[in-house]
Amino acid sequence: MAILNSLIKKEAYHILRDKRTMIITLMMPLVLLLLFGFAISTEVNDVRVVAIVDRHTDETRDIVERLSVNPYISFKGLASSSEVDKILGTGYADAAVFIKNNDGNPVSQIIVDASNTVVAQASTGYIRSIISGSSSVAPTLTQTLYNPQLKSAYNFVPGIMGMIFILICAIMTSVSLVREKENGTMDLLLVSPVKPATIITGKLIPYFILSCVILFVMLTIAYTVLGLPVSSRIIDVVVISLIYILLSLSIGLLVSAIVNTQLTALIVSAVAFMLPVIMLSGMIFPIDNMPTVLQWLSGIIPARWYTQAMRKLMVQQLDLGYVLQEVVILLSMTVLILAIALKKFNTK
Amino acid sequence: MENNAPVISVKDLTKKFGKFTAVDHISFDVMKGEIFGFLGANGAGKTTAMRMLCGLSIPTSGHGKVAGYDITTRPEDVKRHIGYMSQKFSLYGELSVKENLKLFSSIYGVSNADFKKRSDKLFDELGMNDMHNTLVKDIPVGWKQKLAFASATIHIPEVVFLDEPTGGVDPVTRRKFWELIYKASSEGMTVFVTTHYLDEAEYCNRVSIMVDGHISALGSPTALKNKYGSDTMDEVFRIIAKDATRSD
Amino acid sequence: MSAAVKITGLSKSYRHIRVLDRVSFNVEKGELFGLIGPDGAGKSTLYKILATLLTPDSGEARICGLDVVRDYKRLRTHIGYMPERFSLYQDLTVMENLNFFASLFGVTVKENYDLIAPVFSQLEKFPNRMAGALSGGMKQKLALSCALIHRPDILLLDEPTTGVDAVSRSEFWDMLSTLKENGMTIMVSTSYMDEATRCERIAMINNGKILAVDSPTALVENLDENLYNAVGGDMFGLLSRLKTLRGVVDCYTFGATLHLVADKNFSADETVGLLRNSGLPDVRIYPAIGNIEDLFIKEIRNGK
Repeated sequence: MAILNSLIKKEAYHILRDKRTMIITLMMPLVLLLLFGFAISTEVNDVRVVAIVDRHTDETRDIVERLSVNPYISFKGLASSSEVDKILGTGYADAAVFIKNNDGNPVSQIIVDASNTVVAQASTGYIRSIISGSSSVAPTLTQTLYNPQLKSAYNFVPGIMGMIFILICAIMTSVSLVREKENGTMDLLLVSPVKPATIITGKLIPYFILSCVILFVMLTIAYTVLGLPVSSRIIDVVVISLIYILLSLSIGLLVSAIVNTQLTALIVSAVAFMLPVIMLSGMIFPIDNMPTVLQWLSGIIPARWYTQAMRKLMVQQLDLGYVLQEVVILLSMTVLILAIALKKFNTK
Repeated sequence: MENNAPVISVKDLTKKFGKFTAVDHISFDVMKGEIFGFLGANGAGKTTAMRMLCGLSIPTSGHGKVAGYDITTRPEDVKRHIGYMSQKFSLYGELSVKENLKLFSSIYGVSNADFKKRSDKLFDELGMNDMHNTLVKDIPVGWKQKLAFASATIHIPEVVFLDEPTGGVDPVTRRKFWELIYKASSEGMTVFVTTHYLDEAEYCNRVSIMVDGHISALGSPTALKNKYGSDTMDEVFRIIAKDATRSD
Repeated sequence: MSAAVKITGLSKSYRHIRVLDRVSFNVEKGELFGLIGPDGAGKSTLYKILATLLTPDSGEARICGLDVVRDYKRLRTHIGYMPERFSLYQDLTVMENLNFFASLFGVTVKENYDLIAPVFSQLEKFPNRMAGALSGGMKQKLALSCALIHRPDILLLDEPTTGVDAVSRSEFWDMLSTLKENGMTIMVSTSYMDEATRCERIAMINNGKILAVDSPTALVENLDENLYNAVGGDMFGLLSRLKTLRGVVDCYTFGATLHLVADKNFSADETVGLLRNSGLPDVRIYPAIGNIEDLFIKEIRNGK
């Protein structure tokens, strides 16, 4: 126990004395959360729309009226049908709405500039709902669950958490272990009577504590500044996050058992873990839209399951029962990777 | 050996890092074709002085000329006219013997015709004709050393700087390397060399010993041994360096 | 049971390259034993095997009667290992490093201070300096203190003097002598041939093979070579000439002189006459006493 204590103390000195890394480690989650929470948004505002009306009636006037007052739409006025190509081509407007009178009933057609698919989809959606809201057409009722304001920050919080822990736990543990290999101090530890398991535990505990601090910081921001709904689910969120932290630490351990230089440790952690986390975990690109092969691939990425679980718990406010699958997968991944890493670490 | 013009001429050369004076008013000349041993205890300022002479570091004060160029105002010209080889044999392990040589020759702007002529001659002399295409990481350390020297001198520089070129090498390989140095010197190349092996100091035409940023002794090995009443350079070095107050 | 280290037929290969080739020798208790050889001779590999960090392909090594493979756990408290490179925590202070290594072995600095005192006394002045900010010689002393702090039976020092200047090297050897007098068994490796004389016995190693094991004086006495010094004004010219002469087995630079290894038919007077008549007027040739370096060169020449 005394040995473990001094191992942990030593590691704490390393972490605390490397001020620059320390600051980056604590700032990164903050900056990323705030950046995605406020600055970067997938919501579409100010869709520029023109309307082409062949004959004005009360109904068409009503539609044009509602287009011009909708907060998401910036109405650019009426145009003639010959101008449409030019208007969309020059980028004067994002969409054009044709409203024709078919025996007194307005029939509409939307022409949209789809060079940006996100804007195109959103604008069509907006316009369609405005037109169908017209008194003469039966309205389609849409109700958004879980995230009624469609705030994109909600969606990003779980993804960023999934990324941060891999980044900090995996990279920092692997680099610090490999640094000892490079400096030759690992040899000194190994020739001492200390068991390899103790050496590893002494490495993991300080980083586990550091990760807990980061988890606390991120949850605080998520529930206060970003305004995620607070509920008793927080306990589940913390428990699953701790499992995920342990998993990330094991991945770092595995990397350090395989590579021999700090540089390779960085590159391996970044390329093999960071990129897939961003691309395939569903953090940015929905998994359901991926080709089957990639969907399969995303299955082996821990962040995918963690992000999925966090979404259900933090955004959807579902019960723990809904995330059992994710928890089981995360737990088994942890056991598996930890076992492989320990085995690799023990062989001479 | 022609002893007319100094190839390296240094007057009151000084380098300060903040309050710390790493190199403190050193002055000396090195003649064409001379083998000049640059010795000193750890932290005496050897490396700093050598970096200034190679145009890698600008002096705080004082003057220095290497191969006819001022090291303060024209470091780029200095670099073009010197060769440099360090203990680590800065070769590319994943390139072949010939590719390494070709790389260094193109860095220094050696024409293809000259490269062909010189490399053929070098391979003959070094007995490396059957290893043109061998990757450098696969050749023994003795050959690496020779190749590193060949790469550092492929552009026939006026002066070549050798920074502990023989560290950790076996006694036979070490001696073969010194034969290369002798040969280069006999062909008119000036050799500026640092070493921790004091028997190698005996092979130099002149030796300087740096202590705490100053040059404490300068002269031929015979003159220094006479002056300090010692039989070997090893004793001379101990006498001079034992008063050193700083180490790296 | 008096041998502190007993190595028998130890071999190790990396990717088909024999790094150690049937290495055998003993180190006696209380001995200051040197392993002398150039970089790449296999010294570090041998040390790693002795320090239980590597397992040999074949052969056996025992330290204090314990097998380095089977009893490695028990063995670890008996050895103090100092690896080739400076291996301490640069961002920990002098005392933090020392305390840390003491705690790994479950001892305190206080209880073993007497042992490290001769080495550590110079470091006492700055207990709170970061190890990274120490000078080369001081780092070396700290590393040695850390290797000693658990009162090992044997010190395994791998190239402790590499890259250190002549004065610091000599100081370091003085410290080793003091430790030896206090009863410590020390096995130290070096690539500096001149350090051989500081050891009681040495093993010479090259290309993974042990060339000879004995006391430095006995080794030199058995050199059995017809050895001469040759000096002249133009040493390089003289060297090239001598190499071509009949009766000369080998000729190489040796400090201020050339060493000339001759066969039985060689006559120094005749050779001097010959050289003086051919443009080398100031040549002198006289008998020389060889040393370890001559022996090393001989062994390499004989293709060992």
